[in-house]
Order: sequence, then structure tokens, then C-alpha cells
Amino acid sequence: MRTTPPHVSTPGTRRSSGRAQAITALAAVILPLAWGQAACTEARPTVRVGSKTFTESYILGEIVAEVIERTGEARVERKLGLGDTGIAYRAVAHGDIDLYPEYTGTLSQAILKDPSARTVAEIRRELAGTGLTLGSPVGFNNTYALAVRQEMAKRLRLSSISDLTRHPELTAAFSSGFTDREDGWPGLRRHYGLDLADVRVMEHALTYEALAQGEVDVIDIYSTDGKLERLDLAILDDDRQFFPAYHAVLLVREDFISRFPRSWRALEGQLAGGIDDRQMSRLNALADLDGQGIAQVAATFLGSDGPDDLRERRLVRDVLDLTVDHIYLVLVSLGAAVLLGVPLGILAARHEGLGQAELVAVGILQTIPSLALLCFMIPLFGIGKLPALVALSLYALLPIVRNTYTGLIGIDRQLLEIAGVLGLSRWQRLTRIELPLSSLHIMAGIKTSAVWTVGTATLAAFIGGGGYGDLIVRGLALDDLSLILSGAVPAALMALVIHGLFELVDRVVIPKGLRKTLSTSL
Amino acid sequence: MEPLHPGSAIQLEDVTKVFDGVVAVDRLTVLFESGRTHVLLGSSGCGKSTILRLILGLLPPDGGTVRVGGQAVDASGRPGLSGRMGYVVQEGGLYPHLTAYRNVSLAAEARRWGGERIRARIGELARLVGFGDGILRSYPAELSGGQRQRVSLMRALMLDPPILLLDEPLGSLDPLVRADLQQQLKEIFTPMGKTVVLVTHDIREAAFFGSTITLMTGGRIVQRGSFADLVRRPASEFVTAFLSAQAPTPEMRELLH
Repeated sequence: MRTTPPHVSTPGTRRSSGRAQAITALAAVILPLAWGQAACTEARPTVRVGSKTFTESYILGEIVAEVIERTGEARVERKLGLGDTGIAYRAVAHGDIDLYPEYTGTLSQAILKDPSARTVAEIRRELAGTGLTLGSPVGFNNTYALAVRQEMAKRLRLSSISDLTRHPELTAAFSSGFTDREDGWPGLRRHYGLDLADVRVMEHALTYEALAQGEVDVIDIYSTDGKLERLDLAILDDDRQFFPAYHAVLLVREDFISRFPRSWRALEGQLAGGIDDRQMSRLNALADLDGQGIAQVAATFLGSDGPDDLRERRLVRDVLDLTVDHIYLVLVSLGAAVLLGVPLGILAARHEGLGQAELVAVGILQTIPSLALLCFMIPLFGIGKLPALVALSLYALLPIVRNTYTGLIGIDRQLLEIAGVLGLSRWQRLTRIELPLSSLHIMAGIKTSAVWTVGTATLAAFIGGGGYGDLIVRGLALDDLSLILSGAVPAALMALVIHGLFELVDRVVIPKGLRKTLSTSL
Repeated sequence: MEPLHPGSAIQLEDVTKVFDGVVAVDRLTVLFESGRTHVLLGSSGCGKSTILRLILGLLPPDGGTVRVGGQAVDASGRPGLSGRMGYVVQEGGLYPHLTAYRNVSLAAEARRWGGERIRARIGELARLVGFGDGILRSYPAELSGGQRQRVSLMRALMLDPPILLLDEPLGSLDPLVRADLQQQLKEIFTPMGKTVVLVTHDIREAAFFGSTITLMTGGRIVQRGSFADLVRRPASEFVTAFLSAQAPTPEMRELLH
């Protein structure tokens, strides 16, 4: 239901050299594994169409994909639902996708960071030299607006944003993007001299409910929101022209235009000025409120028949494909994390100073929000499976390194001394004594990581990595609970299955004598 | 197999070991002659276990030299003489993840002995300590305290080292098992002619094993001699006080009357 436009977060690309090294090391482990997947891409010209993770962007992306498919000029690979602006922009700049729908306001404010470039022509000029350009405006302007309940608008005689200054007792719920952005609440507040009793940050989809329930009085909305036609909302007039315009445009790589001229002509013909606010709002409503599939909505717009297979059949096929994807993501990243984490744990246990530094470093890695970590991966590895695998492996590292370390330093000193007296070499001591003795700890760490990775792997969808996250991201965007569940439930089941499998692996890996000691000492 | 007797004397010369400012061994000079059983006697913290670990090369001395068979022990703290010394500790120090058999065979595996040779040697050792079939297939947690100490002894004897260092080997056993195993150990040591250094705080055990007893306190030697020497000609008040602190043994009563 998020008809959110331009939602921006632009995590920096700060990278310590230590992390860069870690990434390089990890890449060395993962690259060969990921190649297997990359090699599957065939030679036929392929166009990659992207979108961000809200309904409107999905619909436009799907329309673009179908228009290109109809020309027969290229095979289309849909990379819809790519995280937020930061991710989608990097993907197109990096060449991982060829084009995606963007908004003029987002381009000037968040991408170019030059609020003076407002029109399509101005932005196009600024993009010169980057290999990117813009199509013609699609027609609609999806900008921010403030809405209140119709009943309250009448009672308090509210018609414009200026009227809010008379009612500092009102409360508001805003989506997180809106609260953070200079062209959102902070700027709006200064521009109008507004003061509200309480401003809460909420997931956008929930603010409508909060407003309807009377829990809050003001919410931020988008001018093409599918709910506008069906809810009893009063939109407050931006009487002092604060909100910038967010005209939809296609952000496209120049080489796409030269390589696929017919596709580009078809897109311009079909889309330039082709959708106004009302129509976009209706299309959004079809997906958000009537539960139609994105492909169906796109087909409605293009005046063609909808996709022939039933939604359920498609879903089942999706879930099966995505299960394979998800297992691949989990196993490869976990494998890399074990191959890297166990030696790092051993290293940490061997050198006290280094060990502490290393644990702190791995711990810090863990505190980077997962979405931000995924973003860092794009300039290095582009979008798709590889950056997701690298990020997931880094995330899975901490429990493995820490448990290996704890297991090793927890071994009775005397047992190690005896190994020396018996004449075991360092390698024999490690493989025959130390690792088996810490196997309970190490396996517990790997198990934690595995279950954890099944969960975090759902985020891979934000950078086109696939997996169950695809369904969850799509479901969140469409406010489709069954779609969310069709991704979340299998993910939860997979976590349980993996946990169960590890119980079996424990029986093989953990020496029998240790399990006996454990059971007698418990 | 190495010659047992001549090369297995242990000599400490002016050896000092300090832990965090606490002197554990204080300028100690002592010779443990080869082929005999020596007892290091003293209350806990007197430095007797530290001496064993210095001999094993597990600790570098802060001063002085430790020689085994005339050869200085590698002061790097890494055991340089592995294979020449067997080591048994109080709780056995067995690896819980390995069967008794694998615990015993570990030192031979490290030297790449063949499976047949290992089996033959373990068979000999099992007969020596009186183990029947089956026990060696168990994990340490499945064995009794006495059985664990026997496994630990087998492990120490696996390579037939000329020197055997025992740190409170019977310390954690109940009295009946203890008396039984004491007897057995003596029967094993006497014919083997190994240089044995046994650490204990138990006077009865010292009297039972020791051809020479070295009584220690505060990292220094108080008196060396036979049990009879200690009882009849105590070098200081401390010797008498230490000996009478524990219930008098039958041997003691005999010697005093």
C-alpha cells in the first residue's frame, strides 16, 4: 500500500581499510561460488528493468518491462523491488539495471543534491556525463501532502496547511522518510511555522489506520495514493508552495537507448504524458485495495489481457523458485562464514591483543544495519546474488568467530600442556584436541548463524538477490498479507528445518565422548 | 628404545620461578638420581607441582638451569623432551572426546606408529594395569576415578619413557581405591627401573613410595632423605610439625618406638 514516492536514504560509502580488506578476503572465498550462478546468464541481449519497493514503482516497472517485451527486441529481466533510492540509483549507475522509474524531486534532492535543478531538462543537463539520462515526464506528480479526517476538517475549518498553525494541540503520524527529509516535516515545519503536540514516526501503511481510529489527527500522504479516492480524507492545500514536485520519469542508461532504439521509442510513445494523477491513483488502488497482481494492473493499463496463469499457480511456482534461491543464499553465505569465521576465531584465541581487536571489529560489523550493509556492497559488487552473499556472510561471522574463540580459550590449560608433553605438533594439537574440544561451542555458533541467516537472507531481495524476501518485499509494497506470509512462513519453516538438521549434524561432528560428558554433567 | 638408567637423572641448579611477584621456586638445587622413585612432599602451594612443570619444559625458569640426562631443558617453555617423559596428573587429564584407547595411543599416533604396533603396545600396558577387554573402548566419563588414573598411567608409559612424573596421581581417589592403586603402582615402578618423581602432600603416600623424600615449603627444600631420616633426625621444627600434622602412620609409629 505504500504509494511512497522518492524515499531516500543515502548511506555513505565510508569504508575502513580493515573492512575493505575483510571484504576482499571474503570475496576471494565467495566469488568462485557465485560464479556458478553468474555463468547461467545466456548470451541473448537482456534488458534489466528495476523498480523501488512501493506499489507505484512496481506498476511502472512492470509496464516498462511489458512494453519492451512486446517489441521483441530483448529478453527482459525484472529486477523489481530494489530497496530504496540509494540502492536503485546505484544499480542503474553501476549498470546492473538499464532503467527504472524515478521522480524529479528525488533526483534533484536526494541524488543530485541540487535543489535548484527542478525541471526534467535541468536534471538531464546535470546528468550529462554520467551515462544516465531521463525520459519524458510520465504525466503525474506524486508529491507529499498532509491529510486529516474529513469530519475534523469541517469541525476545525481546516483547508490548508497554514490552518494547522491555529491548532498546536493536534497530533501527527508521519512515515519515517517524511520525518527525516529536509523537503518533508523539518522543512515544512519551518516554512509554515508549524508546531504540533506530538509527532510520531510510523510505517506509512499504518498511518491511515491510526488516522481513521482517531489516534492521530494529521498524516502525510502522496498525491497518487490509491486510498485517496476511497477514504474520507481531506487533503490540506499546500498554500505556501512548500512541497517540491515529484514528476515521474524514467531514469535510463544512455547505452540502453542506443542499443534498443525500438524499445525506447515504444516506451516514450506509451508513457510520455500517458498517466495523470487520477489514473495513477486508480492503478495504485487496483493493486493496493483490490488485490490485483502487478502484472494484471500493468495489463489493464496497456489494454491487453492479463497474465494467463492463475495467481495461485504463479505463486506456487514463485515459492518453489525462491526456495531454491533462499537455500542457495543461506548455504553459500554460511559456508563462507564458517570457512572464514573458524580460522578467525582460532587466530583470535592464539593472539590475545589481536583477538580482542578482531572481536570488536566483527562486533561492529554486526551493528551496521543490514540494509545499510547491503547498500555498501553495491559499489563493490553491484546488485544481485553476489553482494547479498557477501553481506550475509559478514553478518553470519560474529557468532562463529566468537564461539570458536570462546570454545578455544575455555579449554582446560592442563589438557593443552599434556598435548605438548605427548609430543603433538601444533597442527595435531589443533585438529585432534582443540577443535574437537570446542566443537560444542563452534557448532552452537554455526547453528545460531544459520538460523539468523535464514532470516536476514530475506533482505537480499532489496538488492535483487532473490529468495523469500522477494515475496515479503512485494507483499509489503502491495499490503498483501497472504503474499507476505507466503514468504515469511516458508522462511520460518526453513529456519526450523535448518535448526533440526544441525541437531543431526551435531551428532556427527561433536565427539561422542563430549556428548556423554555433557549429559552426565547436566 | 633409549637406554634407561644413565641418561635419566634430573638435575635442578639454582632454579627460581616467580609467578606475579610470588616466588614459587626459590634458588632450588636438587638431583633426582636415575632409576629411583623420588617423592616431592609438601603442602599445596609449596612449589612441588611447579618443579614438575619446569622439568617438563612447560615453564621456563626465571633463573638457573634444569637438566634432564645432562641436557638442558629448552627454556622456551615448549617441551623439548617429549617422548622421554611420561606425565600423570591428579584428575588424569584425559581427553573427554577420545576413548580411553585413543587417549593412550595419541603419543604414538603423533609419531606415526602403525596400528599394529600401537595395538601390541596397548595390549602390554593393559595387562600391566590389569585391564580386561572393553574398558579401553569407553570414554573417560564412563570410567571410575581409579580406572581413569590407570588409563592416564598407560598413556604416560605408552612410549616407554625413562622418566615418569606424577602430580598427585592418587589425590582425587577414595581411600580404598587409593590403597589398591598405590600397591599396584609400586609393583609396576619397582621392576621398571624408571626415574620416577611423584608429587604428593600425603605423608603416608610419601612413606609408601619414596626411596628419597624431599620435603618442601615456600619454594625451598627443608630436608631430603629417607622417611626414617625425616622422622628420626628432623632438620627443623617444621619437619616435625609437618609430619605430625597428619595422623601418624603405622610406619611412623614403628620408627618412633
